[in-house]
Amino acid sequence: MSRELTYAQAIREAIALAMERDDRVFLFGEDVGIYGGAFGVTDGLLDRFGPERVRDTPISEAVLAGVATGAAMTGMRPILEIQFMDFITLSMEQLVLQAAKLRFMLGGKVNIPFVLRTPAGAGTGAAAQHSESLENWFVHVPGIKVVMPSTPADAKGLLLGAIEDPNPVIFVEHKLLYRHKGPVPEGYTPIPLSQTQVKREGADLTIVATSLMVLRALEAAETLAQEGIQVEVVDPRTLKPLDEQPIIDSVKKTGRVLIVHEACKTGGYGGELAAIIAGSEAFDYLDAPIRRLAGLDMPVPYNRELERRMVPQVEDIVDAARKLVREGI
Amino acid sequence: MDDRTETTSSPERSQGPSSEEFAGLSPDSLREALRRMLLIRAFEEQAEQLYFQGLIHGTMHLSIGQEGSAVGSIWALRPEDYILSTHRGHGHSIAKGAKPALMMAEFLAKETGYCRGRGGSMHIADVETGNLGANGIVGGGIPLAAGVGVSIQMQKLDRVVMVFFGDGAANEGAFHESLNLASIWDLPVIYLCENNQYAMSMSVRRSMNIQDISQRACAYGIPGVSVDGNDFLAVYRAAKEAVDRARRGEGPTLIEAKTYRWKGHSRSDKQRYRTKEEVQEWQARDPIRRLAERMMAQGWLDQASFQALQEDVAREIQEAVAFAMESPEPDPATILEGVYA
Repeated sequence: MSRELTYAQAIREAIALAMERDDRVFLFGEDVGIYGGAFGVTDGLLDRFGPERVRDTPISEAVLAGVATGAAMTGMRPILEIQFMDFITLSMEQLVLQAAKLRFMLGGKVNIPFVLRTPAGAGTGAAAQHSESLENWFVHVPGIKVVMPSTPADAKGLLLGAIEDPNPVIFVEHKLLYRHKGPVPEGYTPIPLSQTQVKREGADLTIVATSLMVLRALEAAETLAQEGIQVEVVDPRTLKPLDEQPIIDSVKKTGRVLIVHEACKTGGYGGELAAIIAGSEAFDYLDAPIRRLAGLDMPVPYNRELERRMVPQVEDIVDAARKLVREGI
Repeated sequence: MDDRTETTSSPERSQGPSSEEFAGLSPDSLREALRRMLLIRAFEEQAEQLYFQGLIHGTMHLSIGQEGSAVGSIWALRPEDYILSTHRGHGHSIAKGAKPALMMAEFLAKETGYCRGRGGSMHIADVETGNLGANGIVGGGIPLAAGVGVSIQMQKLDRVVMVFFGDGAANEGAFHESLNLASIWDLPVIYLCENNQYAMSMSVRRSMNIQDISQRACAYGIPGVSVDGNDFLAVYRAAKEAVDRARRGEGPTLIEAKTYRWKGHSRSDKQRYRTKEEVQEWQARDPIRRLAERMMAQGWLDQASFQALQEDVAREIQEAVAFAMESPEPDPATILEGVYA
């Protein structure tokens, strides 16, 4: 059974299901309680689970990451909300030097099962310090897993999967997706991490996209279909550890690949994907160069039109895809 | 630890001023504490020798001279209580009950070491004795302690967590965040600052404008106390009070133990920032000798038994070295083990 939920509702449902099922799960972060979260994602959870398990915190991102790590090391399953992904910069020491490494440094004797949920992305007019997409920083840190759901169903299932996972997981939500609706299965339905999914099948071109860009790629695919270009849209869903094979298989089938993400292009996840594809058996099947479409290398601007231009839009994807298929560049 | 502490009803406890002077600790408990302090010193002296012989890879941070604060504070804990330690953490590990053989094996990067040779001197952990690990980042354990405190509180465990850090870490921003959070949530955390006067080369006189680091406690509405860190009993008393308070659910305490490291910060330190005279002054306040002399004055220790303790400790360290030397190196095929669960 499934029904339509928004991405935010799907996340809330996953948190509630996990908390009902497991006493070790608790939620904490800035304004997650009375306020219901800066984007309303955790609305109602305080009333339902009480202030011990839904904890409003001071604005202290460094110690909050430490609380997630320390509590996880000693038997709890914390869910931490960092209000904007930009603010994760204030948690970096505890995430990168403690959470990611403690298990290895201590000879594998502890597990650190926590989920850090955080909204990323531009498009809300919040300018350069409230719009970042920093997922690739964490992709570069062994010991951490990185998840970026694009649909309400994935948001619910992958959050449950992340909570079950015995490692620290950075769960990157997109602000513009919170109100997006889609079918979501009822009940406790975790999706295991590291399962890439083909969101739409097509024979002419593979678009590998993450988060909000998956939706834009699907919209672009509709337009392109009317021109006779059949696009396959592939969503890694878990950026690390990546399930590579479905991506490689798709490129082998289509012979062309366009990678789309919102984060700045230089040093972004697209570079890693391109290298994986180029180094795989798909290389021999390529009929055109591997292309990347990504955020411009700049801080997110405030002005509506500048902000729009900084991030790939549907028409940009259509143009890039058309060129790749028609002109091979 | 509490199981070595006499209860108020025990006959020895009611002996009057003498047992009061020893904070209610029994002669057996004190002898074990003294042995633990000797063990820390012997362990570190041996480790330094192995380093000079080129057998230890990397660096290490010795706590020689600080044994009073390590053992005095941990003596107020129970076996099931947690500690989080620092880069200068060998003493904390041994005080909490870590086996020197497994520590030495770790120093020699062997598979049998506490961290399977993956962590080294700066990351000794012994989860079974509640030791959640030393930390290479100054102040790195301070935020973790708040998390362990939340965990204890939510699981309703009758435990506390003691987090060690130095004077340098008290100037990190995370110190502020952690003490504030522990205070508002009444977390069972004992913040134990071992002020050994220098953050590498930076003197506390130059790095802060307060007399006592414990003064900072008032900013968080929690108790703060400074003690002579080279006086085992003074540290024990302060720690006991803080631990009891935390166990009652009354929240955290900040303790400053003023002490001194006799050796340099690490193996590369030329010690340009302090004088030989200053080092000698502190060496005259050796925490081991001070406790031994007090016990002798009380008739709870004599020269022969003190010497026997030292011989016992020396034997344990030799066995530790032998175990470590004979142990196998990690198998390179297992290189990625432990990165992810």
